[in-house]
Amino acid sequence: MTLSATTRPPAATGDAGPAPGPPAHTGSSGSRVLGTLTIVGVVALVAFGLVISPADVNQGDAVRLMYIHVPAAIIAYLAFFVTAVGSVMWLVRKSTWWDLVAASSAEIGVLGTGICLVTGMVWGRPTWGAYWIWDARLTTTALLFLLFCGYLAIRRIPADPAVRNQRAAVAGLIAFVDVPIVHFAVSWWRSLHQDATISRLDPTIDGLMLFTLMLGMVVFLLGYLWLMVHRFRIAWMEDRIDDVGLDRALDERRAEGQPQPVAAAETDTVGAL
Amino acid sequence: MTHAGYVAAGWGLTIGPVAAYVAWTLVRGRRLARQLPPEERRWTDS
Repeated sequence: MTLSATTRPPAATGDAGPAPGPPAHTGSSGSRVLGTLTIVGVVALVAFGLVISPADVNQGDAVRLMYIHVPAAIIAYLAFFVTAVGSVMWLVRKSTWWDLVAASSAEIGVLGTGICLVTGMVWGRPTWGAYWIWDARLTTTALLFLLFCGYLAIRRIPADPAVRNQRAAVAGLIAFVDVPIVHFAVSWWRSLHQDATISRLDPTIDGLMLFTLMLGMVVFLLGYLWLMVHRFRIAWMEDRIDDVGLDRALDERRAEGQPQPVAAAETDTVGAL
Repeated sequence: MTHAGYVAAGWGLTIGPVAAYVAWTLVRGRRLARQLPPEERRWTDS
């Protein structure tokens, strides 16, 4: 039987070990349900995406890249939309909660955009004959990736939290302008990339292919929500730890746990030298 | 299967980085949670 938070001696709270009380992690019962659903969904997506769904008449099995490429793009859109909403809410309400939501979502969005770019390149080689072309859709997507990498970099520049959040909110909104440009790039400019398919639920796509694609969307959405929960809690804890008052309180509690005689003896030794 | 190498590369380059990010998220979450008292981790229910 382990000591609970109420029975552990106060001096033990300042050591380098785990904080007393419940297990220290970012999980909760809700996030565990979400995580379980995501894992089950990933298994189903792998089964449908790689085995059960048929190969395409023209593309062959390369079409199986669609089941991760398109959901990654959609999730990136969603993540950056949440970042934009969080940025607006920060500018309006100066709410740290919304700033942390924006930051957490941007990081996941960058991951989604990176996956979209990489899988698109891998898919492009067998279908277009090249990993990369300076097509409008591809170029604006690469720009989107770089813009939000810049957003994350801005957040790391040392500054007063309010100033940093203000800069990040403005940068997030400027970067988000590229999202509709990416989406409509295939309509606005001549593009090798195909037009929008999912938004009009193209009936020419095979039923099982469409189901697998929709399954991919659901799985990626579940994964995004799970990551958002955990990433937000990390950001929350970082914010709390950065709080000067909490740091000072923790230092004081650590100092209380230091054995005083040893410290005095070391001081005397240094003084003698 | 046609284009097996491309399909494997695409799925691998998706699952790999996502798994690494998930692992990093969990490890970092645990490390940070140890530095905070339980009352600062209001989501913890077990």
